[in-house]
Amino acid sequence: MSDKIIQITEMNKWFGDFQVLKNINLEVEKNKKIVVCGPSGSGKSTLIRCINRLEEHQQGSIIVDGNELTEDTKDIEKIRAEVGMVFQQFNLFPHLSILDNCTLAPIWVKKMPKKEAEDLALQHLEKVQIADQANKYPGQLSGGQQQRCAIARALCMEPKIMLFDEPTSALDPEMIKEVLDAMVNLAKAGMTMIVVTHEMGFAKEVADEVIFMDEGMIVERAETKEFFANPKSDRTKLFLSQIL
Amino acid sequence: MNKLNFLQPDKNNLNTYLYTGVILVALSIFIVFLNSFFNKDIISFLPGSISFFLPLILGFIGLHLIRIDYSGLKFLDSINKNINTNNFNAFLSLLIVFVVIKSLPPLLSWFIIDANIAGDSKDVCTGSGACWTYIKIWFNRFMYGMYPNAEQWRINLSFIALAFLGTIGFFATEKFKKYLTLYYVAVYPVIAFFFIFFFISGGPIFFDFSYGIIAAVISIIIGFFIPSKFKMYYFIIVPITLYILLKYVFFYEELIELGKLEALEWVETGAWGGLSLTFIVSFFCLIFCFPIGLFLSLGRRSDFPIIKYFSIGMIEFWRGVPLITVLFMSSVMFPMFLPEDMFIDKLVRVIIAISLFEAAYVAEVIRGGLQALPRGQYDAAKSLGMGYWKMHILVILPQALKLVIPGIANTFLALVKDTPLIFVVGLLEIVGMLNLAKTNPEWLGFAMEGYVFASVLFFIICYAMSKYSYNLEQKYKTER
Repeated sequence: MSDKIIQITEMNKWFGDFQVLKNINLEVEKNKKIVVCGPSGSGKSTLIRCINRLEEHQQGSIIVDGNELTEDTKDIEKIRAEVGMVFQQFNLFPHLSILDNCTLAPIWVKKMPKKEAEDLALQHLEKVQIADQANKYPGQLSGGQQQRCAIARALCMEPKIMLFDEPTSALDPEMIKEVLDAMVNLAKAGMTMIVVTHEMGFAKEVADEVIFMDEGMIVERAETKEFFANPKSDRTKLFLSQIL
Repeated sequence: MNKLNFLQPDKNNLNTYLYTGVILVALSIFIVFLNSFFNKDIISFLPGSISFFLPLILGFIGLHLIRIDYSGLKFLDSINKNINTNNFNAFLSLLIVFVVIKSLPPLLSWFIIDANIAGDSKDVCTGSGACWTYIKIWFNRFMYGMYPNAEQWRINLSFIALAFLGTIGFFATEKFKKYLTLYYVAVYPVIAFFFIFFFISGGPIFFDFSYGIIAAVISIIIGFFIPSKFKMYYFIIVPITLYILLKYVFFYEELIELGKLEALEWVETGAWGGLSLTFIVSFFCLIFCFPIGLFLSLGRRSDFPIIKYFSIGMIEFWRGVPLITVLFMSSVMFPMFLPEDMFIDKLVRVIIAISLFEAAYVAEVIRGGLQALPRGQYDAAKSLGMGYWKMHILVILPQALKLVIPGIANTFLALVKDTPLIFVVGLLEIVGMLNLAKTNPEWLGFAMEGYVFASVLFFIICYAMSKYSYNLEQKYKTER
């Protein structure tokens, strides 16, 4: 059964006069893992930021889990609670301990009892292997640990979809692996994921489909094997030849 | 023995250089010391200008001689590192030491040696120093203004009670910690307000207030034994019922009129004054201007045009007018706009005026903190499903306020030191009382003592505040 959890049709977005996204059509089915790649400034990050409305689109429609994102922002918090997001710069809350970072939203947004939220948080921290750091502050952790904590924090809201905005770009090479491992585990557990990344190894390992974007358009969308084996457009070929 | 080179002292002849240098520096300080404390000029046989500069020259050469890097002597090294790194610093260090030595004797003699404190009239002040008798006699007025002597225990009791209620937070057990913010933000200011305006002010209205306090205390004590399920209903219903019972059943007004319960004497706010008024005005302005400023700073960043432009208007208006005119307006113009039968106390108007005025400054300070936060913090909070208020209360404000503690402390210190301006509406806090006292025909000519006394008091208050803000900064430091 094709259960479409994200449906984007004819979406356009401008920053002032500059059009960042042109005619985006994208459907994502439940439990699919999608990798979005492309050169800098091609609109990848803006696209996934539109999915939980951190950016507003001006034309077209975005439907997430049956709810359309519109000007009316009453439901937007509900949608955001179902869409987890991991950022390039981690964006942990520096005034809270790792554990409090993870329990903050469950307690205050989902009204979960504190004890329950802490158990849940420890469970997710265990999954990304930093449960032993739970009482430290973000400033005391390495970049890789912080990013894994950010993943755990997003998971604590028990989202239906996870968005990753270049999660490994701000890390040094040795730490990239520990974050990717955490993401691979998450993928194997069946989460619906949209990942903006330059890690082609990760794409080959877990992605069901790869999307290539350039100049605000989706240039190519294909099954992972197909995408790497014989890309159709010349732009994709050029990009792959440079990155691989 | 190695060759001596007095232009470039080195480690090889450490002792020679050290002894010569120390002797020269000691000699220079000794000359200045004798000159300053005993008025003896032992080098007066030299021509005038040389004898004036000789200590400086001797000390300078001495410091040059002991400037030896890595001498191995810990004390010498630390001196060299701290006050004697190069010729210029050596010169400045010497100059500072000399100025201190020179200025000590006159200060000491004015403050202590030639000062008078005994007795109770102006006649005892015969010395050339300060007349502390003046401060002693007027002390009561400087503290309490024109407040009747017999009633001053009310001020003392209120301040002790408020200090006690204020420090109670430090002793709260883990169980009550989470209510502390609520207590300090919502409950404490209200209690303080009623305490000061009904207890210190007195009059029949005090009884209403006392019923409220009794009702609250009784219901809180019983409240501990109520199951948490019903606590909310309990705390809404019981205190109000108790209050009504107390007011209309147990202590109805006839009882008071019969003289069985004597009301506190009413003291109008115009008679309040002195340091206690400084405290009252500063305290209320501080606790009111902070929340107002907070909302203005959030309002200025709001997306809704009405809120945004209202906030900008408020901030720019209050920042654009001088405090003294604001106070004047509050006392002269404001009552004209009120209905005839409505009366707002002068002190209340002044407190509102200063609070609004300082709120504009607090707002801009907090806005600085809000702008310093990276956009990622907002994104992260939003992506976790938090709305505007949750995002600000849980994520943004804790970080922004932590950043602006020094700025807020700055504004608050300025506020405390601005309070003397309320003299323009006829309220005399400590500086106002000083001005009053110095024009008293019995006590003319002691303005200096008064101002020194006030400066010392203000310094103690302000230094305590700045120390406290520094401690707060340290306490909330979580990075690294």
